[in-house]
Parts: sequence; structure tokens; C-alpha cells
Amino acid sequence: MSIEIKNLTKCFDGVKAVNNLSLEFLPGQITGIIGPNGSGKSTLVNLLTGVIPFDRGLVLLGSDTKLSKLAAYDVAEYGITRTFQDARLFEQMTVLDNILVVLTERNLFSAFFERHKKFHLDEAEKLLTQVGLWEKRQALTANLSYGQRKLLEVARTLAMKSEIYFFDEPFAGLFSEMIKIVSGVLVELKKTDKTVVLVEHNMDLIRELSDTVVVLDAGELLTVGRPEEVLSRKEVVEAYLGE
Amino acid sequence: MDYFIHLAILIGIYSILGVSLNLVVGYTGLLSVTHAAFYGLGAYVVAILLTAYGWAFWPALLVAIIFTGLVAFLIGLVLSRFAGDYYALGSFGFNIIVFSIFLNWQSVTRGPLGIPGIARPEIFGVSFGDNLMFLGLVVLLALLIYLAAEYIAHSSFGRVLKAIREDEQAIQVFGYRTAYYKLTVFALGAMMAAVAGGLFAVYITFIDPSSFNLMESIFVLAIIILGGLANNKGAVLGAVFLILLPEVLRFVGFPSDVAAQLRQVVYGLLLIVLMVYRPQGLVGEYKL
Ligand SMILES: Nc1ncnc2c1ncn2[C@@H]1O[C@H](COP(=O)(O)OP(=O)(O)OP(=O)(O)O)[C@@H](O)[C@H]1O
Ligand SMILES: [Mg+2]
Repeated sequence: MSIEIKNLTKCFDGVKAVNNLSLEFLPGQITGIIGPNGSGKSTLVNLLTGVIPFDRGLVLLGSDTKLSKLAAYDVAEYGITRTFQDARLFEQMTVLDNILVVLTERNLFSAFFERHKKFHLDEAEKLLTQVGLWEKRQALTANLSYGQRKLLEVARTLAMKSEIYFFDEPFAGLFSEMIKIVSGVLVELKKTDKTVVLVEHNMDLIRELSDTVVVLDAGELLTVGRPEEVLSRKEVVEAYLGE
Repeated sequence: MDYFIHLAILIGIYSILGVSLNLVVGYTGLLSVTHAAFYGLGAYVVAILLTAYGWAFWPALLVAIIFTGLVAFLIGLVLSRFAGDYYALGSFGFNIIVFSIFLNWQSVTRGPLGIPGIARPEIFGVSFGDNLMFLGLVVLLALLIYLAAEYIAHSSFGRVLKAIREDEQAIQVFGYRTAYYKLTVFALGAMMAAVAGGLFAVYITFIDPSSFNLMESIFVLAIIILGGLANNKGAVLGAVFLILLPEVLRFVGFPSDVAAQLRQVVYGLLLIVLMVYRPQGLVGEYKL
């Protein structure tokens, strides 16, 4: 499913974190978002996942859903999920429970009468194995290392089985082994025709993974295009050097 | 001997209060300071139905549970607009409101005079007038509530409660309407407290508003903080500990009136020491 935004705007006390932005993210593609620190990348992700309400603009999902506001508890139903730049895991819960909690029943009454079903556990095993955390399933999440936390965040979004995925700097601070796991996840999502949005500072990874690159600067769209082309543009290089 | 039975009954009643508040505070992370209001509602509904209308204990308890659940639902609805410290303050306010209703709605509650002459229950011809028999009833109900709390804590529902405690907005992003979960657990906790209230009313056979003031809510909070949040065994352990504490003080030689007064001071000190050296309580898995 595609997601399109029109004239999306968000101000924080006069600072235009996202300014009149119009963009489209397509299924079966990885769209990279780059831009200097504070250019509004995370804010954009927050707006599109209901974490922060937007001031103005529209969000269009697929061909027939048009939204002028988006609440956090609605985004999952629209098929949108995300990771957080600073991991927001359920710290005082086990690794396994962090996955099970997004796999099991959403309906309150059903949730009351189940613990988890066999297929939930199987699914959790599959996901945690994929990111190399199955051995850690009974560990308290607060005790995980930085990299393991990032991987658990990725596994948690996969558990959502969404159509649209936002990854906010999933590679930051990871060792190469872990980078391989996460890029594998992204490529796999792309192959299965999901819409993948990747916020990232590492240009090598952007070049390697993304089909389209969006460059933000001060909340505005600086440019958009194919990675090799965009990354060599003068204004992009300048925006980064200007940091 | 009869005194030990008395203490055991109190431990049973406060275990129910601790276990039920733990669902709200320990598992869901909602710092509620209004539990004594629900405890009191349970006690008053049972007392009034028994004395003024001649009802039997079980139907009266059932009505008390349902009524308290409804009131808790409404209070929870208002509280759902608050978070963090404001939540605690708001819940604090509701305890005071309910307490003043007990105190001032004299035509129904008899105000500060209290309601005397509440009969001990009789079930299938078996009288619970005898304290040992009554202890059996308290243990049975406390056990049922303990098991219910354990069940809730380990269900998918309970897992969502913990996630709400950890990061409410994050779990919303993953598709949960957390307001419903918070309301449900708040009402369930209140309904359990109503059971404790009903038992208390027929045990003491006399109730007045002073048993359900803010201090009582704080006492129950102390029980679960001491025992350890998000651990049902901890809630029971905390109840045992805090009920027996004044007895221990007396035992080591304090005169009983001093022991009674010292109680509050020791509770306070204990909590402070605990917060500094062991914020997760005796067996808790979560710290405030
Ligand atoms: N919740 C908030 N309240 C106030 N200002 C905010 C908030 N979130 C972001 N901002 C401001 O909005 C601007 C954009 O921030 P944002 O986090 O979106 O940048 P970013 O592109 O993700 O940066 P980085 O690469 O450092 O992650 C910054 O000026 C930031 O200070
Ligand atoms: Mg960011």
C-alpha cells in the first residue's frame, strides 16, 4: 500500500519541524530519508505514526483513504508500523513478551481469556531467531545491549505484519553482523511488496538499499530522486557540509 | 488464640486490598490513591443492605461488587484524562470526595455515627458468627481473588497492562486502545476491594467513615510497595508484614498504646528505607 502526504506541516513553538511537505512512498520500494540533524526526519515519522499530531495537511493511504488526522491507536489498523530512533521497548518485560504483546489478540475480551496460542509462540520464535535473540527470550529487556535493543525493535515491527514500515535510524551504532541482519529484513520486506521508509545517516547504506532518496532540510523537501543521482547533487552535499 | 485468628482475618482482608491495588499500580503503573474509597463503598453497600433492608450477605456482596465497579468505571473515566503525578492527585481527590459522602450523607450512612449491628453471614444454615469459621470464609475469598489476579497478570490482557505501564504511547502505536484496558483493570481492582469491604463490614459488625479515609489508601499502597509491585505474592507478603508489625513492636516491649502510635512512624520509616535501598520492594519486579 502506498502512503502519500500533502502539505504536511508541524510547528513546535514557532520552529517549523516539517514545513508544507508533499511526498509519496511506494510499495515494493525502500525510500531513504536523509538530512542534517534536526531537519525533521523523525518528526515526519512521528506525524505519520500518530505519535505527534500534525497541524495541517493530508495523509493518503492507498487509493481511497484520506486522513486529516491520525491517532496513535489507529495507525496499526491502517497497516502502518515503525521503529523508534531511541528504542522504546517495554523495559520491565521479557524479550519474548515484547514480541508476544504485539502478536496476540487486540480485542480486550479475547485477550482476557488467552495467554498466547501455540502459533503466536511459533511466530515469536521465528522472529526472534531471525534477529538472533531467541536465546535471550527470557531476559529482561532492560538488560539487553544497545544493539540487541535495536534488533528487538526491528523484530517487533515485523510481528505487526504491516503494509507500511518506518525505520528511524535502525542501523545507528550497530556492528556489521547486526547491520547485515537489519538490511536483510528491509530487503525481504521490499521483495514482499511492502512500503519501506528508511531514515538513515549512513550514505553507504542509503546508496546500497534505497530505490528513492528524499532529502530534507529544515523541515522542507530539498530534493528527491535516485540515490546515485541525488547524493552527488551540489545542494545535498552542501546541506550536509553545512551541519 | 482468638487474637491470632483476628490478625489472620485482617491479613486476609488486607491481602485482598493489596492484590487488587497491585493490578492497578503494580501491573498497569497507574498510581491510584483511592482504593479505600472502593473498600468503603463495598463495606457501606453491604452494611446498608443488611441492616436497613434485611438482605442476606451474598446478594448484598454481589450488589456491592457491581455498584463499586460502576462507580470505579465513572471515576476511571475522569482519571483517564490525567497522567503521572496528576493521576495520583486526581485519585487522591476522589478518595476525599467518597469519604465526605460517607461522612455527610447522614440519612443513608448515618455519618460519623456509623452503622452498627451488621450481622455475620449465614450460608446454607452454617453461621459464620464464630471467628474461626469466618477466617475460613476470608481465606476462601482471598484465595479466589489471588488466583483471579494471577490469572489476569499472566493473560494476554495482563501483558498489555504491563506494556501500558512501560510505554503507553508505544503500545498504542502497536494497535491497542489503552484507555479501555486501564478502565477495565481499574474497575476490576475496585470490585475486588469491594469484596474486602463487605467482609470487613460483617466481620467488625460496625463501620464508620474513619476506616476508609485517605490514610487507609496510603496504607494499602504501603503494603504493595513494601511487598513489591507487580507481584501478587508480594502484595500478600506486604499485608502480613504490615499487619503484624505493631504486634512485633508490642512483643519487643513497647507498651501497647505507644506501639499503636509508633505504628504510623514505623510505616513511614520503613517506606523511606525501602525506597532508598530496595525500590522494587521485597519481591517486586517493577519500581515506581
Ligand atoms: N517533541 C518536540 N518538541 C519540540 N520540538 C521538537 C520535538 N521534536 C522535534 N523537535 C524539533 O523539531 C526539529 C526536527 O527534529 P527531528 O527530531 O525531526 O530531526 P531529525 O531530522 O530526526 O534529526 P536527527 O538526525 O538528529 O535524528 C528540531 O529542531 C527539533 O528540536
Ligand atoms: Mg531523528
